[in-house]
Amino acid sequence: MKKNNNLMIGIIAIVAIAVVYFVTRPGDSETANTKDTIVLGAAVSLTGKYSTNGKHTQNGYNLAVERINGMGGVKVDGKSYKFDIIYYDDESNSGRAAQLAERLIKQDKVQYLLGPYSSGLTKAIAPVTEENKIPMVEANGASRSLFTKGYKYLFAVLSSANLYLDVAIDLAVEKNGGPVNIAMAFEQDAFSQDVRLGIVEAAERTGSTIIIDDKLPKELNDMAATLSKVKATSPDVLVVSGHSKGALTAIRQIAEMQVDVKMLAMTHCDASKLAKQHGRKAEFALCAAQWHKELTYSDEFFGNGIKFDKDFTDKFGYAPPYQAAESAAALLVFKDAFERANSLDREKVRDALVGTDMETFYGKIKFGEGGQNTAKPMVLFQVRCDNPDGSCANRLVAPTKWASHELIHPIPPWVMREH
Amino acid sequence: MSLLIFEQPILLLQASIDGILIGVLFALIAYGMALQWGVMNIINIAQGELVIMGGYVAYFMYVIGIHPAFGVIVAPIVMYFVGVGLYKLVINKVVDRDLFISILATFGISILTQQLMNFVFGADVVVAQSNFGTTMLFDNSVTLPNSKIFSALVSVIVAIVLVIYMKKSKLGRAIRATAQNSRAAKILGVDTEKVYAATFGINAALCGVAGACIAITFTLHPYVGLPYTVRSFMIVILAGLGNLPGVALSGMGLGIFEEFADYLLGTEFRIGAVFLLLVLILVYRRFKLSRKREYLK
Repeated sequence: MKKNNNLMIGIIAIVAIAVVYFVTRPGDSETANTKDTIVLGAAVSLTGKYSTNGKHTQNGYNLAVERINGMGGVKVDGKSYKFDIIYYDDESNSGRAAQLAERLIKQDKVQYLLGPYSSGLTKAIAPVTEENKIPMVEANGASRSLFTKGYKYLFAVLSSANLYLDVAIDLAVEKNGGPVNIAMAFEQDAFSQDVRLGIVEAAERTGSTIIIDDKLPKELNDMAATLSKVKATSPDVLVVSGHSKGALTAIRQIAEMQVDVKMLAMTHCDASKLAKQHGRKAEFALCAAQWHKELTYSDEFFGNGIKFDKDFTDKFGYAPPYQAAESAAALLVFKDAFERANSLDREKVRDALVGTDMETFYGKIKFGEGGQNTAKPMVLFQVRCDNPDGSCANRLVAPTKWASHELIHPIPPWVMREH
Repeated sequence: MSLLIFEQPILLLQASIDGILIGVLFALIAYGMALQWGVMNIINIAQGELVIMGGYVAYFMYVIGIHPAFGVIVAPIVMYFVGVGLYKLVINKVVDRDLFISILATFGISILTQQLMNFVFGADVVVAQSNFGTTMLFDNSVTLPNSKIFSALVSVIVAIVLVIYMKKSKLGRAIRATAQNSRAAKILGVDTEKVYAATFGINAALCGVAGACIAITFTLHPYVGLPYTVRSFMIVILAGLGNLPGVALSGMGLGIFEEFADYLLGTEFRIGAVFLLLVLILVYRRFKLSRKREYLK
């Protein structure tokens, strides 16, 4: 009797599982889209080491979705659709990000993806979207290697990493009236090394000489040796890139060791809150950014940069770093592509994405061969402590078309600076 | 580029002093590791996280408006209790076990504290400003940040105080007795459980001091603890357990070696060079040991 009971329970369990499976399993032809929503998928870093920037990315996406839906949504084939995003937390881990991309595509049946935060995670996801032919518009992976692999379904609204600081070299050459001596210190990771490549090319182009070329190990938090070399050789330009840690370490030690250079060019000033954390010590540092609120681009959704800045600040309680702006722009690109494709078919959407040529509050967007945005220049700002209360802020100095302030060059020597 | 240091000999001095100042700080962390390794036979993978946690204590003080340098007093007090708490919670269950179990347990603690710090303080890289200024030597050609000098001095003072405490105090003697032979110490009335808790607490307190120094000299981030663990591990291996002067010497030696490797081989090889040195020393030690064994035959 007991044996029979067990058998019965077993059979019932199997039947139940099968029923649940078949009832809940989405059909193969189904997509996540419903009759009035277009569902996008995104794995972003909500925990782990990228969680701050992951949050900026998510906030940018959300603000854009809210705005687009509030203004009538996406019109495809005479019908109005709303955007919806399925988020997963990739824990700042590239393995996890790739898994989640699979899950979004295979289980959630998402047809279009938004990018994660950071080049590393985008690199992990791109092969998955490529294999499944899922168009992905990403806003936070700038590494050049993303755009040299011949990906057909990857579109980035940002300029590739090698373009981050080469403008600075041009600027230095212009100010110097001839070739300059360059000292560089770059962290050994994909992004910073791409920035380095850009500098090397700019040096060749302008006939400048690279006199120090230090590659900083990732674990390193002391740049004293590099800066001693800089002090001993007094180059015209010092270029540093090593994410937030590199930016903060560099400014701290440049100030402490009173290293005088005519120009200091860096990345990640925005992300590391350089002006706030180091105050006057960071003054005159020149920083590369994908976007600045004072740029005069405009669109119908956010108006312009200043308005985006205000709306974002009202909603989330902090001023948007460029990571949030570019993320919001990704949604505008998708909307535009859906409407031009006039279809939800992902191949048609992909083809429409290729033909993107638009202006958003964030900048002009047009995709090059590899999927990177070729229509938008990088901007440079200089940290300046000219607020009435003595606090410091990022002031736009290049390109000259939008510059609100004139570049101060050369940087005054430390003996003349109060800090 | 590699010859710059010889073209400008003043850099030799700069590199040596930089190396010593950093080496002393690392030696302090390593001393904590050597202490609890020697006494409890535990390799603490979470050492770096304890350091960073101490740093965040100083950073927290800085945020609420207290000078972060006072962190070298407050952080060790806070971290002592964190250390004792960790001992009571986890470490006491692995203290007599296999070394591998303790590595796993402390690895777990390390991941947990990283995530916890990320949760509490966020994933931003932060710095605490000491505004200590700079000491210039030889007509501005050798520059020494006062924050580094401060950190090195604090490390030396703490180390000296600790050595005296270990020699003179009752607890210090109990710790040394337990390190020599825990069973015998127990028989003679030493409460080894208490000794272990205190040892782990003292280790955490040392990490707290070092962390506060790092908050004002370098940068803090929830995930940058590992290099400190690895470095202190190397220093201890180099010096041998229970060899305090050795720890101080190898800390400074590695610091100087690293700075010179930077100038001679290039920045990208400085950490690699340190590891290569470690391998060479271990091979040399093994070679020496095997010769000894032959001699005994």
